[in-house]
Amino acid sequence: MKHTIIAAGLSVFAGAAFAQAPVLTVYTYDSFVSDWGPGPAIEEAFEATCGCDLQFVGAGDGAALLARVRLEGERSEADVVLGLDTNLTAAARDAGLFAPHGITPEGLTLPVAWEDGEFLPFDWGYFAFVHRADLDGVPGSFEELAASDLSIVIQDPRSSTPGLGLLMWVQAAYGADAGAIWEGLSDNIVTVTPGWSEAYGLFLEGEADMVLSYTTSPAYHLIAEEDAGFAAAGFDEGHYMQVEVAGMLAGTDQPELARDFLRFMLGEAFQNVIPTTNWMYPAALPAEALPDGFETLLTPARPILLSPEEAAAVRDEALATWQAALSR
Amino acid sequence: MASRAQPLSGLDRTGAVFAALVTLAVLGPLAAVMARADWPLALGPADLAAIRFTLVQAALSAVLSVVLAIPVARALARRDFAGRRMLVTLMGAPFLLPVIVAVLGLLAVFGRAGWINAALAGIGLGRIDVYGLQGVVLAHVFLNLPLAVRLILQGWQDIPSERVRLATALGFSGADMRRHFERPLLRAVLPGAALLIFLICTTSFAVALILGGGPRATTVELAIYQAFRFDFDLGRAAALGLVQVAICFGAGALAFGAIRGRELGTGLDRPPLPWPGDGRGARAGDALAITLAALFLLLPLVAVAIAGLPALAGMPGLVWHAALRSVVLALASAGLAVALALPIALLVARLRRPGLVEGLAFLTIAVSPLVIGTGMFVLIRPWGDPVALALPVTGLVNALVALPFLLRALVPAAVAAEAGQGRLAESLGLRGLSRLRHAILPRLRRPLGFGAGLAAAFSMGDLGVITLFSTPGQGTLPLEMYRLMGAYRTDDAQGAAVLLMALTLAVFWVFDRGGRLDAVAR
Repeated sequence: MKHTIIAAGLSVFAGAAFAQAPVLTVYTYDSFVSDWGPGPAIEEAFEATCGCDLQFVGAGDGAALLARVRLEGERSEADVVLGLDTNLTAAARDAGLFAPHGITPEGLTLPVAWEDGEFLPFDWGYFAFVHRADLDGVPGSFEELAASDLSIVIQDPRSSTPGLGLLMWVQAAYGADAGAIWEGLSDNIVTVTPGWSEAYGLFLEGEADMVLSYTTSPAYHLIAEEDAGFAAAGFDEGHYMQVEVAGMLAGTDQPELARDFLRFMLGEAFQNVIPTTNWMYPAALPAEALPDGFETLLTPARPILLSPEEAAAVRDEALATWQAALSR
Repeated sequence: MASRAQPLSGLDRTGAVFAALVTLAVLGPLAAVMARADWPLALGPADLAAIRFTLVQAALSAVLSVVLAIPVARALARRDFAGRRMLVTLMGAPFLLPVIVAVLGLLAVFGRAGWINAALAGIGLGRIDVYGLQGVVLAHVFLNLPLAVRLILQGWQDIPSERVRLATALGFSGADMRRHFERPLLRAVLPGAALLIFLICTTSFAVALILGGGPRATTVELAIYQAFRFDFDLGRAAALGLVQVAICFGAGALAFGAIRGRELGTGLDRPPLPWPGDGRGARAGDALAITLAALFLLLPLVAVAIAGLPALAGMPGLVWHAALRSVVLALASAGLAVALALPIALLVARLRRPGLVEGLAFLTIAVSPLVIGTGMFVLIRPWGDPVALALPVTGLVNALVALPFLLRALVPAAVAAEAGQGRLAESLGLRGLSRLRHAILPRLRRPLGFGAGLAAAFSMGDLGVITLFSTPGQGTLPLEMYRLMGAYRTDDAQGAAVLLMALTLAVFWVFDRGGRLDAVAR
């Protein structure tokens, strides 16, 4: 008992000593901070230059992250939120919790223009259906997929950001005809999972021919597992993008440090970590700086991305269409 | 009243305070979410569809689980064979497993690329499709059949062996046995078992979504998830949380009266043999029931083991650290559950109000874990850092989840102990803690061990609360498993799943077994 008290006393003391360095708290999604994600390397690199203590806090996935910040409101401990995507930023902006970053980003390598006063991108990817390279009759569009008897696993747009991305993809590509596409797809869909992990797991177990993932997924198998047996199907409609962003909170007590972090985020030390930990394209790194293997990936001819405001405006109706078409 | 003429003792007061605290811990978070919501609370048509689906799948799952459990429990009650106890313990495993592990195991057997479809294809037959309502029910039966078997088996073992011997002497046939013993016992046990499983299935989320095949299979819990995470509509979340409470009370009221408090987890002793009216047909039927149940419950576990064992040795060190953290958490949760349950059970036993327990018990099962987690977050924030408290809160919530099972196990044993030992203790002048220690506790060892084992197992597998509060370096084993899955590392995730399965079973077994070791008189 006495030891515990002493230990507790010591840790308070240690905490006090440690607290001399300013603390920057960054909320992000859980897989970002896991040991197999980008978090640890980025923390080390930033702390080497900032003279601060960078603390990552994981909070579920992208949507859970936003819910967490809104739950905490203006009293949030967070200085920066990293990991929302553009389908969520309108709601984040409306909540009025984010501050203008005041940074003019340079050297962005996104395939679309970027103008956003509150949020800056750190990585991006194209959604795509991933399949084994030896799959016969790989479809070249949603219509071909719907007409085929290939099986797919997708994610639920109500609980996962890739699921929401697919919803926006079909909506952006087909508009008023989105319902018909979903009805056509309904007999191809094996099941709808709560998140990306379950869907990808089911696909790897052979439960479906294809899974909604990213064009960068085959890079993982190629680089980390030296397995060239996976590919992403290119669709004629173009591919919807996921752009992952970060923003600083209006209530931060470390605005300068938060801004430093956002600048650091667009620098090489951060960006170089992304491709082989988050398995996405870095937002500010030229193609020639990408690791070997990324040049083999599918490059869609037509990137699609709804603006945050458009995405927010069509979301509810698109969701209702999806739900109605798949509930038949 | 003479036997408890003394005023409420300190122990009783502790029980009353704990009971109030537990109610607060369950309803407080719901109230906290409601307080943050915009009024009025409103439900849309999609929510009503979700409520309907939730009720249908939960009812089907509950009915099927208990119906299928009857022949299995009956067979286990009447037959003795080598490895019977081991089999009973192993067959309990699905109930203890984290859902995602159980689902992966089920799919390895029943999925499109699973063993059964491979076998069907091998003999040229069409394949079965597991996705849909049938899949949801299949998974819920898989997860809850063990509980149903255990509850019903208890009914059989409550038949005093003297009466079975008397029936034998009177030359009872199988039909006589059914009329005089089995039907009354089933009438007493089945409603309670079905209600319990129904309530467990109403808060289903991942199973319903993964196996349900699409938005048709939307449960209330998923709607709550959506309300929190995507719409940030606390009002809808709170309204749906209230719906769950209403379902709980509604179902409880329907089954009320048909239920009697049962002792759970005790006596899996030697079956009374020979069973009157026993013949070759009955023996063959029992063998079939046990074999089929064992195959159904154990094959998915075997599949998980086969997939994960090769990766076990090469898993990153972090996973082992997480495993250690999970074991510590499980032990703490078990301790907390016992500390909470014991005074409440003793109080209820002395007041003879089992209805109180049932109400408390069903409430903790029926309130959404997501609502409890978020509510606790809201409650804790003004006072402290919820992130720093992630592990204690996870332990507490899982202790609460295990509490109903513990109380169900403890209360009848405590009533029996009071009835059997209370007066003797009084005449010896035993009071307070020494009375508890010498007269009552020795008789509660088994249900305590069983309940502590359940709490530990639930805590090992928890993937609900911890994800709300997670922070690096605090990951539990299920969380790390999930993170591995999310980082494409499927092989390592499968290794972690095996480790999780083994550790969960081990902690349960140690407690359950510990409770069964014959008490050494002090």
